[in-house]
Amino acid sequence: MKHEITLTINGEAITREVDSRLLLVHFIREHLSLTGTHIGCDTSNCGACTILLDGKSIKSCTYLAVRADGSDITTIEGVAPDGSNHIVQKAFHDQHALHCGFCTPGMVIRTIDFLKHNPNPTEEEIRWGISGNLCRCTGYNNIVKAVQQAADEMQKESV
Amino acid sequence: MFNCKTSPEIGGMGHSVKRKEDARFLHGKGNYVDDVKLPGMLSMVMVRSPYAYAKIKSINKEKALAIDGVLAVITGEDLAQYNLHWMPTLLSDQQMVLPTDTVMHQSQEVCAVIATDRYIAVDGAEAVEVDYEPMKAIVDPFKALDSDAPLLRPEKEGQKDNQIYHWERGDRAKTDEAIANADVVVKERIFLPRIHVASIETCGCVASYDKDTEKLTVYLTTQAPHAIRTVVALVAGHVGLSEEKIRIISPDIGGGFGGKVPVYPSYVVAIAATFLIGKPVKWIEDRSENLVNGFARDYHMDCELAATKEGKIQAFKVKTLADHGYTDSSANPSKYPTGMFSICTGSYDYEHAFAELDAVYTNKAPGGVAYRCSFRVTEAVHAIERMVDKLALKIGKDPAELRMENFIKKEQFPYSSPLGWSYDSGDYHATLKKAMEMIGYDDYKKEQVEKRKQGKLMGIGLCTFTEVVGAGPSKDFDILGIAMFDSAEIRVHPTGKALARFGTKSQGQGHETTYAQILAEELGISYKDIEIDEGDTDTAPYGLGTYASRSTPTAGAAAAMAARKLRDKGKKIAAYLLEVSEEDIEWEIGKYFVKGAPEKSKTIQDVAFAAYTNIPPGMEPGFEATHYYDPPNLTFPNGAYICVVEVEEATGAIDVKRFVAIDDCGNIINPMIVEGQVHGGLTQGIAPAMYEGIEYDDEGNVLNGTFMDYLVPTAVESPHWETGHTITPSPHHPLGAKGVAESPTVGAPPAIANAIIDALSPLGIEHLDIPITPAKVWEAIQTHKK
Amino acid sequence: MIPSNFTYHKAKSLQDAFALSTSLGEEAKYMSGGHSLLPMMKLRFATPEHIIDISKIEGLSYIKEEDNLLKIGALTTQTEMERSPLLIEKYPIFKDASKLIADPAVRNCGTIGGNIAHGDAANDQPSLMLALRANFIAEGPNGKRAISVDEFFHGFYMTALEPSEIITEIQIPQAQKGSGSAYYKVERKVGDYATSGVAVALVLDDTGRCSQIGIGLTNVSTVPMRLSRAEELLSGQIITDALIQEAGKIASEDCEPSSDLRGSEAYKRSVTDTLTQRMLNVALERAKQ
Repeated sequence: MKHEITLTINGEAITREVDSRLLLVHFIREHLSLTGTHIGCDTSNCGACTILLDGKSIKSCTYLAVRADGSDITTIEGVAPDGSNHIVQKAFHDQHALHCGFCTPGMVIRTIDFLKHNPNPTEEEIRWGISGNLCRCTGYNNIVKAVQQAADEMQKESV
Repeated sequence: MFNCKTSPEIGGMGHSVKRKEDARFLHGKGNYVDDVKLPGMLSMVMVRSPYAYAKIKSINKEKALAIDGVLAVITGEDLAQYNLHWMPTLLSDQQMVLPTDTVMHQSQEVCAVIATDRYIAVDGAEAVEVDYEPMKAIVDPFKALDSDAPLLRPEKEGQKDNQIYHWERGDRAKTDEAIANADVVVKERIFLPRIHVASIETCGCVASYDKDTEKLTVYLTTQAPHAIRTVVALVAGHVGLSEEKIRIISPDIGGGFGGKVPVYPSYVVAIAATFLIGKPVKWIEDRSENLVNGFARDYHMDCELAATKEGKIQAFKVKTLADHGYTDSSANPSKYPTGMFSICTGSYDYEHAFAELDAVYTNKAPGGVAYRCSFRVTEAVHAIERMVDKLALKIGKDPAELRMENFIKKEQFPYSSPLGWSYDSGDYHATLKKAMEMIGYDDYKKEQVEKRKQGKLMGIGLCTFTEVVGAGPSKDFDILGIAMFDSAEIRVHPTGKALARFGTKSQGQGHETTYAQILAEELGISYKDIEIDEGDTDTAPYGLGTYASRSTPTAGAAAAMAARKLRDKGKKIAAYLLEVSEEDIEWEIGKYFVKGAPEKSKTIQDVAFAAYTNIPPGMEPGFEATHYYDPPNLTFPNGAYICVVEVEEATGAIDVKRFVAIDDCGNIINPMIVEGQVHGGLTQGIAPAMYEGIEYDDEGNVLNGTFMDYLVPTAVESPHWETGHTITPSPHHPLGAKGVAESPTVGAPPAIANAIIDALSPLGIEHLDIPITPAKVWEAIQTHKK
Repeated sequence: MIPSNFTYHKAKSLQDAFALSTSLGEEAKYMSGGHSLLPMMKLRFATPEHIIDISKIEGLSYIKEEDNLLKIGALTTQTEMERSPLLIEKYPIFKDASKLIADPAVRNCGTIGGNIAHGDAANDQPSLMLALRANFIAEGPNGKRAISVDEFFHGFYMTALEPSEIITEIQIPQAQKGSGSAYYKVERKVGDYATSGVAVALVLDDTGRCSQIGIGLTNVSTVPMRLSRAEELLSGQIITDALIQEAGKIASEDCEPSSDLRGSEAYKRSVTDTLTQRMLNVALERAKQ
């Protein structure tokens, strides 16, 4: 069955028709051609599909596209205006917090949400904060440092 | 520590420049295989066997084909018409592309559904009706050679039982004698279970055949695009696919680790499908499909280590049973069916060793495929390092002291190991000393004494390993006959910027940065002005790809050698421009100058421009060079890792309190990238040590084939790694560099296992196989209490 | 990875949900957070023909104290509970549990109502509900009723909910002076289900005796389990170390774990014993503050 949905994605209002069973991650990747959001598992464990929906980080592989009707979504492509870097993206680059890049969009999005609610985190809190995002390449040390750098820079900005 | 010869702007060796490739990944603009969309593209989904061993009585495609949008169902019978139902493996065995009568492991591909989109293809796959007749599977490799075991590979000529091969290295008689005469002998059976690379991106392809141009283009998750191209040409040549008409494009790859080396059956089916239909066909595996194919490890090793009563090692013997699954599709160089396993004698100086191995077939997915192991070095090092700790325990000697007393000394390099390797360089004493200082070894030993008095379980574990990477010299190393050289092709443009292409393929190792840094070092052109390109077989020079830590040792060397060819040509041009003879020209990174008159100079940019505009008479214009590097030897990185753990007796919970890794990979191109590789490898090392291991039941069913039960570490399980370096350059490598990225997966599991077992040793526990989980610890404690 | 075909319906209100459910019948399932049901559908372990999305119904997400009760709306997410200052201060068991349920992004969607109504002994909230002696307000086409937690869990994925009924509110006796609660689960890694989990909630009176106690166990039985025998042992007593040890022993005897990939039955019994003792100690400490 087809449903018409209207939502805002990366600041743009759109209307589309989707099947009941279409997963949000496939809607984003295939219907909107925003392929920065990735698929890494089939049991909601890996977090490669993480996006911001109404400001909250969620796993778009475990969300129906039709349910996203009326939502405000940010994917990795919308995190910063073209050609620039969000503080978190800059921190990941500075701290060498990515290798193959596949988990990176999910990690960056998750970090943005995490820091909103934990502006001054300890290392342990960071590790728990990103525990729903798997990385196979980096060994997490530098991702933790990137989150710490982003937290410091965000604190400075807000002063 | 890193004496950089170039400025940060040039960014040569030793500079921790930030990565050039990051922007697209950070912005979600990477181009992975599943991102590829071609007009008219179809979707392929595999139907897979629920049984480990079964006859296929029938396949009914009717209901599937009746679904709107399902275009075809391809079976083994369909492929058999083109003789494509079997294909050769990298080790000259055979593997089914699709079965015609028997399935050999759970989740084996049975047939392929092609549909207009993925959702319909999945529905189609569910609608295919396969009638199986299950048979009793061989799951225990120790039973594979029983007289009543079914012959798993009757179609293989000359195969009378389930043994694939027998392999030996060393002197059995002398080793047996040394063991018989030794004061102390420790024995153990060590099992390294199957694990899976589980890169976050699964495997997949988009295969596109154009009926007009007769060209096949395949976007593929592969670490070795050229090798794949040649294999496809050999396998499918008879249906009309010839090598100049095949293009393999390995775009951005989301992690390889060896799992993207094999030619998986689904790739061949997708290629057959596009060839027959004439439209692009995309196949991307689900995670549950990914986790039940293409494993690593699965070695059962019976080890014996003999020593004097003071602990001087005299001999090492190991007999291994290797469970290969139903076909030998290991990604080893062809003359090395057991990879580099014979490095199992380790970092120690002694004379006698003997290793033998029997490889057998079972009803499991093909095993022994590489996973960040340098071709079985993970197995080899685990064996020797566990046995060294067992020896230390037996004679009551400190494990660090025991190692120091047995290490090959610095002066002994190049060192001929008991099983025939020529280790190039190392200073094992210095590396271990640095690790001990960094972690505060002596303080922890004292703390352990106190904690043991209180009945607490605290453990300290070491691993000092010698790795062997950089396959390899053509006289010994080939993959399906193709020599394992690698290549670099550099083109410097008139404006002094450069483009360089390589036969390797990064899956996250940072080649776009590190190769640029090598060239910056050699040519004095800023790394920012050098574009690096890999992965498209139409444009990249032929190479054997990136795995087994071979890129720096082979292609990195090729880059240096090609750059030096360019420099030589440049010297001639500079001499011409400066109006002196060539002998009067000297080179300082980035600049040619006249001996004794340094103010008379030309930059490399001046020279590059001249190569197109003011060419010396008789000289070929242009400024480019290619080099195919045939390494004279492998390189031998090494390391010393130390781990401190606390174990809670009541629940078996294991807390890794510290982990220090000191690596020696020779000269370092980019310290930040090397450190990142070590971190990543350490996490992939604690994974099999404590969390990961594929489990089977008696019927060959995989019990943990999703991320719910195959436990990939999160940031919480992964400790805060502490790393450092010693540097003993490789004497034969043009840059003095060795490979590094697999050292941590080699060194971490034994260090962690040794630490946990050390913690439990006061309770009488002397060995545990990995993964050592809290449940396993608890059971061992209960057993020993009785 | 792809669910089988179904039809999606969005319920705009409770009445709307009941009407849809009644007319669509057995093949219709409610979905709130979707993080228990949708994963099962993606693996095609569950193939409902209709999904009724109740996640957008207004007015079912709140945390408040009223009428001597802590009242939590069933659509309150795990994250909202994790961050609630009221829960953090007075009902620390929820903060303990939240950290250990799945992972942060999943908690942004998962609801407490869903976690309970799914009827899975592997979920964490049921044992908290047992420990806190919760009542669930269920509403359906036939009206509203209260179901005590002890009557709620019937079997594997089976609860006391009638067809078309939805849990709308969770009610827990309000915390008072002398209240203490705690939860911990042993898991193989972050995000896993419990190898064993123990929830304890107790109240100490002015004499330091235990006037109320509830102990719930996670994933060591087919149905979420109350450790009744230990509750009887401790009720009315000054809880000593000896009693705590005995309670642990009871836990190991009375739980009914199965051997599986998380460990043997014997291991799980032992862990349950250890955790019961630990949680009793933590709850006691918190009660005395």
